Amino acid sequence: MCGTCGCGTDGNGPTITKHGEHHHHNHNHGHSHSHDHSHEHGHDHTHDHDHSHEHSHKQRVIEVEKDVLQNNQLLASRNRGYFEAKNIFALNLVSSPGSGKTSILERTLNDLKSELPFYVIEGDQQTLNDADRIAALDIPVVQINTGKGCHLESDMVYDAVKKLNMENDSILMIENVGNLVCPSMFDLGERNRVVIISTTEGEDKPLKYPDMFHTADVCIINKIDLLPYVNIDMDRLKNYALQVNPNLTFFEVSATAGTGMDAWYNWLQSKI
Amino acid sequence: MHELSIVMGIVKIAEDETTKVEAKEVTNIELEVGVLSGIELESFNFVWPSAVKDTVLKNAEKTIHIIKGVGKCVDCDTEFNMENVYDTCPKCNSNFKGILQGKELRVKSLEVI
Repeated sequence: MCGTCGCGTDGNGPTITKHGEHHHHNHNHGHSHSHDHSHEHGHDHTHDHDHSHEHSHKQRVIEVEKDVLQNNQLLASRNRGYFEAKNIFALNLVSSPGSGKTSILERTLNDLKSELPFYVIEGDQQTLNDADRIAALDIPVVQINTGKGCHLESDMVYDAVKKLNMENDSILMIENVGNLVCPSMFDLGERNRVVIISTTEGEDKPLKYPDMFHTADVCIINKIDLLPYVNIDMDRLKNYALQVNPNLTFFEVSATAGTGMDAWYNWLQSKI
Repeated sequence: MHELSIVMGIVKIAEDETTKVEAKEVTNIELEVGVLSGIELESFNFVWPSAVKDTVLKNAEKTIHIIKGVGKCVDCDTEFNMENVYDTCPKCNSNFKGILQGKELRVKSLEVI
């Protein structure tokens, strides 16, 4: 089984496709099994007068002291260095499925594309649907299909970035797989992490999924146009989020109605 | 189920380290897992057997050291035990704290033959 994506050997691994390009499996399964079976049992039975059994089972202890996520961290740092050198402001957008990541992206790209150069990396288990939505706005986009994987990892972003040929002084939006648990542990090399929650979700979500809110810098509360119809206490939601992460910056928006988007746009513009 | 990726990360480290010292397989692996690391041990143990199959870890015993969470309040300097990342200071109730330990996710040592 492949560890990056949890796929089998039947081609279920991540697929990275630039919009308009042919679909192909692009994943390096670096499973190199070098099983050197050289059994050397040094049983030297020298039967002199007394018994001297010599077992040389060379049991050794290696002090490893290595972080399990170091590979992901290493490539994330490499991505980050690339973004910094080119003054690319990279954002990692995370949320549960259906909170409106893609809708917020679409609205933002449509409203700001004349002012700022944007690039998008879309992460989903399957389909090119989101990449199609972004490409319809004439924005360069690469779709990563993780197959069975539940989150993006820095090596996938590394490969996707190579396909984008980004200009300096631009913004890269990385839309993670819709999942409020797994992506929290995987740094992609982004400058800021943006967690999106919608008013139709429970106000205690930050407490239920604290790791994601703990690692985020910005929290966008989407679908505020639905506030009259849903039973949610916005102050309580924010307090829960601040309890997990007192440094969060909030934006309250409706991606479909366009309400509140200006504050978010100002923040984006101030970053580049 | 990011635990699978985590175990595969451990397998990668174990494979690399055993190759380095030209060992054949791992007999014991010692891990450090902090309670705030985001790892669900039940899932972790569930995916372990299938993830280590056909690797140097296939026969390895695993020893997991659980590292408890400790935070230090930024406002009043109180050190306190943490079970969740959102735990507040027991003395002044502040949300602002530094996590001193509990985020660990580390391969500590390997016993190889």
